[in-house]
Amino acid sequence: MASDQLTTHDGKSLHKSLAKALRREKRRSLVLIAPLLLFVVVTFLSPIGDMLFRSVENSVVPETLPGTTRALQSWDATGTELPHEQVFALLADDMMLAQELKLHTRLGSRLNYDRPGMSSIFRKSGRRIKKMESDAHLDAFTGFNPSWATPAGWAALRDSELWPQAFPATAIAFNNWTRYVKSDEGENTDLSTLTPYGFTYSALYYDLQQLSDEQWSDLAGSDDSTLATLFSGLSSTSASFPKGDYKEQILAIDDGWGELETWQTLYRLSPRYVDSYYWASIDRESTINGIVHKSENERIYVKLFVRTFGMSLLITFLCILLGYPIAYLLATLPTRTSNLLLIFVLLPFWTSLLVRTSAWKVLLQQQGVVNNMLVKIGIIGDDSRLALINNMTGTIITMTHILLPFMILPLFSVMKTISPSYVRAAKSMGATDWTAFRKIYFPNTIPGIGAGSILVFILSIGYYITPELVGGTKGVFISNRIAYHISSSLNWGLAAALAAILLGAVLILYWAYDRVVGIDNVKLG
Amino acid sequence: MAALPIYASTGQRIWHYTFRYVICGAIFFFLIAPILVIIPLSFNAQDFFTFTEKMLKLDPDGYSTKHYVDFFTSSDWQLAFTNSFKIAPMATLLATTFGTLAAIGLSQPHVPFRRAIMAILISPMIVPLIISAAGMYFFYTRIGLQGYWAIVLAHAVLGTPFVIITVTATLVGFDKSLTYAAASLGATPLRTFFKVQMPLIIPGVVSGALFAFITSFDEVVAVLFLGSAKTKTLPWQMFTGLREQISPTILAVATVMIIVSALLLTVLELLRRRSERLRGVTAI
Repeated sequence: MASDQLTTHDGKSLHKSLAKALRREKRRSLVLIAPLLLFVVVTFLSPIGDMLFRSVENSVVPETLPGTTRALQSWDATGTELPHEQVFALLADDMMLAQELKLHTRLGSRLNYDRPGMSSIFRKSGRRIKKMESDAHLDAFTGFNPSWATPAGWAALRDSELWPQAFPATAIAFNNWTRYVKSDEGENTDLSTLTPYGFTYSALYYDLQQLSDEQWSDLAGSDDSTLATLFSGLSSTSASFPKGDYKEQILAIDDGWGELETWQTLYRLSPRYVDSYYWASIDRESTINGIVHKSENERIYVKLFVRTFGMSLLITFLCILLGYPIAYLLATLPTRTSNLLLIFVLLPFWTSLLVRTSAWKVLLQQQGVVNNMLVKIGIIGDDSRLALINNMTGTIITMTHILLPFMILPLFSVMKTISPSYVRAAKSMGATDWTAFRKIYFPNTIPGIGAGSILVFILSIGYYITPELVGGTKGVFISNRIAYHISSSLNWGLAAALAAILLGAVLILYWAYDRVVGIDNVKLG
Repeated sequence: MAALPIYASTGQRIWHYTFRYVICGAIFFFLIAPILVIIPLSFNAQDFFTFTEKMLKLDPDGYSTKHYVDFFTSSDWQLAFTNSFKIAPMATLLATTFGTLAAIGLSQPHVPFRRAIMAILISPMIVPLIISAAGMYFFYTRIGLQGYWAIVLAHAVLGTPFVIITVTATLVGFDKSLTYAAASLGATPLRTFFKVQMPLIIPGVVSGALFAFITSFDEVVAVLFLGSAKTKTLPWQMFTGLREQISPTILAVATVMIIVSALLLTVLELLRRRSERLRGVTAI
């Protein structure tokens, strides 16, 4: 058998040897690529992924209001009733910890993005929460059995087999209380000598309402004698415990808590991951009743996206218009001359973006060189100087200038490969200059136009610096809005959602570019 | 549009000259004039951004170097200048090292997932800067990376696509039989690389490095997000200057930066010619 196979001189199968060599070659190439790939993943891709994650991430709500958001799940959000007393009690408990940890303002600003006014509700409630009357249930429990006011009693409850699944609200509230004490009195406070504050007892009271008969008898008949005494007879007695007045107290703090929309917002934003930022970035909001348009005067993003795309298209078109003749000239002139003229294209290309932007800013000002010249020539009067900057015109002129080399260079490299004999052949068969250009030359340059256009368009829709400096308010792009949300309004979730949409558009174009041109064929200068 | 044939009609002649000297001339003017205009304006004796009467009359009193004096004596500009020259070389070094290695790896004949890898490695050039910069800002702050090194890493990764593109372009024209020849004469792969391959691809590497350098030198968005007043660079200082109160010193700085770009461009052009002469292949 083996004798049928081709072998190398050392007797191994040639097939295997070749496969081994190929594997080694592949491995070697990957080893060379790996450092950069790792570098790009760590310093570039992970940061972008991390940021995009913020567009759906919403943990601040469920983490700051763990009890409330959990209890809200059983609320009928589409109904006309405010949540049950229990939810208000848990809100008070969550807020007690939140204001201690100073988290309530952060939560307020998060909710404010979805419903203006939430921020002030939370700020106000945070200030008043400490003054709330919360001892009604605490007194009722200790009145029933003083063991309820002992650390041993709580230890027994927490050791019970039914903890925490039968006491979900209490478990959260107890955890809140531990965090509160640690924050209030220091990380090393000995909790085994303390009993919780009133809010925790209220949570316990509401959990008791949910216990089944079987669970009641399990607890009252527990092997643990402490636990058994805590619960024996509690079932009937707790029925006469006060119902709680948290709702009344919280409604007195701020009217906002009496509005259904406040609770609906909390309900919608209870999950850890939400899509609300994405709806906001297309001028919609998700409400209990589905997705609705924002009011007329709040719709800005769709318009901004349309403007970004429209202006980028216009800039791309202007680049084709101005770049085509130049590329054609460069491609048809003798190399020596064209190399010289290429400098006129490459010098702007190599000049700092900020230098070019500041040049235009200086030139296009009301008192700038362009306006001065126009006045001097007499085209416009001194009192009717053109507004060429801080508006769309400024952005379009400047960006066309900046991106023009990106159009000329790919066009030029395609045109250089078109043999002049094609056009000559057409003319020899009677085509006019125009027909020969239209039917023969132009179709051959389409790949260059495609390459240049996609490149210019991709670069254009993501531009930030130039519109920021020369665009005023009317000539800015979506990037400027993203920057605004990151550094000024601090609405990072919305910034991330807008960025994700923009990035999506860019990636689609990038993919198209790869198909049309091939990334390998990108040429620089 | 090569030379006009001897039998061209009057119409063709008119079109030929209109196209060449009017249309193309105007576009070249549009391309280059804004940059050139900055240079005389930077010598303005007044704090204006336009040519004064005196300047137009070429009166020496209309010109002065006071904006340059300003640039070279202002501590803000000097700090920015030094920072730019501290950050760019380090970023260039990183980008060139990683980029060249990867380009050599990518030019091997059998690279698995070549297309996908290439797409990832080129992406820093394509992703809108505001997204990259914002992402880096959040991520680097979270892992406690700030200041100089944060900016260097950001600039390095933004510069690598240029290195890959230029070095790959050089390697496309690389004659593989040269390495086989070296190997058949008994050279180790490492020796082959340094003695045969490296000298031939060096123009591509250098032009890639120049691209990486100018990317860092010119970059402002990442610096705005990752930097502070202490790590400000020339573009940072220009950007804030342009946004707030625009001072004529910016024109002097712009002129200095134009000269830097012109120098880099010249080096690049010389490299290109050298490589063309050596192998008849374009390096860039």
